[in-house]
Amino acid sequence: MPHDHMSPSGHPFRADDDVPLSYWQAMEIAVRELLIEKGVTTAAEIAGQIDAMDARSPANGAQVVARIWTDPAFRAAMQQDASAATAAMGFDIGPMKLIAVENTDTLHNVVVCTLCSCYPRNLLGLPPDWYKSRAYRSRTVREPRAVLAEFGVTLPDNTEVRVHDSTADMRYIVIPTRPAGTDGWSRDDLARLVTRDSMIGTGRAKSPDGLAGTDRPT
Amino acid sequence: MGMRPVAEFVRVRADMPPGHIRTPAYLRGKVGVIERTLGPFPNPEQLAYRHTGTPLPLHRVRFTMQEIWGPQTETPHDTLEAEIYAHWLEPADAP
Repeated sequence: MPHDHMSPSGHPFRADDDVPLSYWQAMEIAVRELLIEKGVTTAAEIAGQIDAMDARSPANGAQVVARIWTDPAFRAAMQQDASAATAAMGFDIGPMKLIAVENTDTLHNVVVCTLCSCYPRNLLGLPPDWYKSRAYRSRTVREPRAVLAEFGVTLPDNTEVRVHDSTADMRYIVIPTRPAGTDGWSRDDLARLVTRDSMIGTGRAKSPDGLAGTDRPT
Repeated sequence: MGMRPVAEFVRVRADMPPGHIRTPAYLRGKVGVIERTLGPFPNPEQLAYRHTGTPLPLHRVRFTMQEIWGPQTETPHDTLEAEIYAHWLEPADAP
């Protein structure tokens, strides 16, 4: 193997992506170029849309969770109609139809899409690669506790695990339980405890000890 | 949108038709309880072929892991919820 060692710069060699375009890659390029040529859209509009997609991040969802923890009226509104409540909060959720599922001491929710990769992108950004993997999609409905344990979440037998298979029109966000020792924290400080995985259900919100010293509210 | 007052048991049709179906195969033939009813939403089986989708109620159905996986279940009392279009459900007795 000529390239199974480190490069002079100290990084492992990685093979170049010198393979022919797939049928669908060629189709995407052809359709995109035609749409631009015919003036239906512009390259700048396409780049702008990609930027908008990339700009969405779990920080949006974390703001929603922190507000649920601190604002009982908002919590009730989220239970009634999570799409309307998050849109009213100022998030551009587009046509997304959202359900918020709340963890308690006796219930742990986890979200999967066995049929494809449905994910609340408008609130959490792009899904992690593992969320789209066949292993996560098939195992989470079959042995959720084993999957959760691999993410570091082990649950007592008297906690019910509830798997949400995102099969059709709704998207799901898990509301993790609020960590102990956060009484009186501001919403922004609380939001920094809310991880992406905790909103998928494969994690918990961080404990205050999980924040770096300089990040910890005083 | 809230919880229903009375448990309503339903069975997912055990059919295996061709086409774009959003009813997971592992739930077909299984009995669950309607958690809430959403929609109506256009039938995706028609939308997938560019037909007009018939508006259908969409039910969120809760199943026990025991019902889905039988003796192979990891934890019988854990649960799973999925969205199933009305035409995939038929009335059922409690499992």
